[in-house]
Amino acid sequence: MRDEKQIEGAKNPMEDFLRMDRIPHIWCPGCGIGTVVTSFAEAIQKSNINLDKLVVVSGIGCTGRVAGYIKLDSFHTTHGRAVPFATGLKIANPELTVVVFSGDGDICGIGGNHLIHAARRNIDITVICVNNFNYAMTGGQVAPTTPEGANVSTAPYGNYEYPFNLPYLVEASGACYVARWTALHLRRVTKSIQEAIKKRGFSFIEVITPCVTLYARRNRLGEGLDLLKYYYDNSDIQHGANTKDLDIKYQGKLIVGKFVDIEKPTFLDSMNKHFTKVLSDKYEPYVKEVKNG
Amino acid sequence: MAEIRFSGFGGQGIIRLGLITGKAISLYDNKNATMTQSFGPEARGSACSSQLVVSEDRVLYPYITKPDIIIAMSQEAYDKYEPNLQDDGILIIDNDLVKSRPARAKIKMYFIQATRIAEELGNRIIGNLVMLGFFTAVTKIVSPDAMKKALPGLVPDRFLELNIKGFDRGYEYGLKVLKKKK
Amino acid sequence: MKTDPKGVLTGSHYMDGDFAIAEGGLAAGCRFFGGYPITPSTETAERFSERIPKVGGIFIQMEDELGAMASLIGAVWGGRKAMTVTSGPGFSLIMENLGLAAMMEIPVVVANVQRGGPSTGLPTLPGQQDMMQARWGSHGDYEIIALSPDSPQECFDLTIEAFNLSEIYRVPTLLMTDECIGHMHEKVIIPPAEEIEVVERKWYKGPKDKYMPYKPDKDGIPFMVKAGDGYRFHTTGLTHDYRGYPEINAEWQDQNVRHLVDKINNNADKIIKIEEDKTDNAEVVVISYGITSRVAIKAVQEARRNGVKVGNIRLITVWPFPEKRIRELADKIKAFVVPEINYGQIVLEVERCAAGKAPVIKVSHLGGGVHNPDDILRLIMEAAK
Repeated sequence: MRDEKQIEGAKNPMEDFLRMDRIPHIWCPGCGIGTVVTSFAEAIQKSNINLDKLVVVSGIGCTGRVAGYIKLDSFHTTHGRAVPFATGLKIANPELTVVVFSGDGDICGIGGNHLIHAARRNIDITVICVNNFNYAMTGGQVAPTTPEGANVSTAPYGNYEYPFNLPYLVEASGACYVARWTALHLRRVTKSIQEAIKKRGFSFIEVITPCVTLYARRNRLGEGLDLLKYYYDNSDIQHGANTKDLDIKYQGKLIVGKFVDIEKPTFLDSMNKHFTKVLSDKYEPYVKEVKNG
Repeated sequence: MAEIRFSGFGGQGIIRLGLITGKAISLYDNKNATMTQSFGPEARGSACSSQLVVSEDRVLYPYITKPDIIIAMSQEAYDKYEPNLQDDGILIIDNDLVKSRPARAKIKMYFIQATRIAEELGNRIIGNLVMLGFFTAVTKIVSPDAMKKALPGLVPDRFLELNIKGFDRGYEYGLKVLKKKK
Repeated sequence: MKTDPKGVLTGSHYMDGDFAIAEGGLAAGCRFFGGYPITPSTETAERFSERIPKVGGIFIQMEDELGAMASLIGAVWGGRKAMTVTSGPGFSLIMENLGLAAMMEIPVVVANVQRGGPSTGLPTLPGQQDMMQARWGSHGDYEIIALSPDSPQECFDLTIEAFNLSEIYRVPTLLMTDECIGHMHEKVIIPPAEEIEVVERKWYKGPKDKYMPYKPDKDGIPFMVKAGDGYRFHTTGLTHDYRGYPEINAEWQDQNVRHLVDKINNNADKIIKIEEDKTDNAEVVVISYGITSRVAIKAVQEARRNGVKVGNIRLITVWPFPEKRIRELADKIKAFVVPEINYGQIVLEVERCAAGKAPVIKVSHLGGGVHNPDDILRLIMEAAK
């Protein structure tokens, strides 16, 4: 905590959104997760959404801790299971706006199967996937997103596996909204979160963030600022780009932007419509799907 | 107490026979009837069977050990299960489908061309119900009223009448056979 | 309170155990089923998928049991009563988030229609080999409640009971049945809705900013809320304080574990249901559960005909274990006989409680069928010598 005297009546602009009684957070200096949280806070502020109906679900990992800091109904679940947990929460209580906030290893490594199935079913949730290219909480092990050639603790001679191209994966699985940004594109991230929350259907936002302590140090990529400079020099905004072309090479070009933004019935839409048609008055409709904002 | 085995090949509605009889006995005849069947790939082979344990008291041991009654609607089922029938048991056979040996020990044998009768009634699919009517008549282990009450929900609504017709025909034939035997 | 009549299929039915589990769940007010099909439990999922759209609930077939169990916990925080059904291999996957349910203190019901194992084992044949896994199959220290029905009728009755216990104690509750009962058809009587008592969730009604999801109430059980009602609460699988905030230290770990274990063990007398027959003055007492308890009665009856004073105990509640009663009996009898369809699981608990005061004889059937009553009888006769 800071020592400086607080100005009477002044409050941190984030206070409405953060559990101030849990600050300071656990993230390292130069980590990009906090900036994504700031974007999220801004996005929900701008969305004019009923905060009581907005919930955050996280899995395990550095980003998994986000649920613990956000002053909403927030759920810190098991490793990889944020998406199915959110699926249950959303369809059990469709009034809720459900945001999954978790890391790349959690969402597409151990939770990869759930990710593709939630996208396939078009569950109306938003997944914010903070991608720092490694399993950071546990010391920087190789992840399904680690670029080929990068050095991580369980690939000490360099990674020789092919990484996932996440936007391609989720689009192919059926997502309605897909975007990718870096921690440098904070305003864009904010806007994407606003759009994704508003979107009826499965939305996915990948945010590439620096892991200074582990990934960057191990690969001698410098400090946080150096990584932001790498994003600055190599990011290329290509809205609507073919997601097939979005592979990330080690320290290579980062194609960012909004790639998918389509409309289609959600899981609950389809269920309601189908049962109404085939069961007619025998169907006891489940709670109608409502979306805030 | 009686142990019954319904047997035949897949698609004949053999499991249905166990269900209808079990439901009739336990819901409408006020006795206890526990039905089990085989599951899995081994159950999809040619010999298909459902088992029923009938008792005035609660059924404790759920499986049949040495059946008192066997209904065989296929050769393979007959060959497979007949040797285990009680020496004074009842064997009921569709004799169009099964070539049987002479009865051993004190086994009582009853024959019906259930599938052929069903065809005469217009649909071979009710062969199992013809058999069920016959079984009801010759064994008297369940009342015909209970059996008919048990049918709704276990046969498709639109075929209910046809099934009852099949059952009745089998039942009448069973009574006739009994009379002759006397 | 009385249950919502919508889900209650009042009447006499001829139904298998799997269907009866589904009807029990619906009668208890379960309006969320998330599951993954697995033999021999699949019929329960099928029944739910057919019935639940007509009673205002939701069925979702998840991608696996990991996701299924996670979805249930989400659905419970969403305000629903939720359950799943599974068998051996699926039960192993359920264990991951059963631990989360224990830690988050989630009222939820998991039915396990046991088959022979390990691994894929005997998909279509019975076993009782998951009884120990039921207790501590997820990592860490916690307690659950597990019930064991002996018939399709009890599959119905005890599923309702499982829901009620899970709500009272905020604990995942397991219905441990087996393939034999799951696939066995018998008469099942479903009473009118007004005769079915269900326990409502222990809803918190105090001021919003004072809510603490893990602060025990006077009875030791914390209150619940649902998401979206403005409490802005946090919950985690990490060791936590009353607010649900992570506390990574030995002090809160001590509090958490004691709470999770004690809330069940301290209420064991209220939770435990066993059925006793002629245990007074018995020389030998047979202890069994589920399908085995029916087969055991045959052996017990025969032993009595042979002049042996044999008592019979059926465990309706398996976890928490009826330690007290077993200890009392151990002082008085010659021996316990414990038949079960495994190589010796619950028998170990009996042995622990008997504490050397009475020998404990196991009668194992290793799965794929039920005991021959003669095998149980033989050991009763030996025990009586």
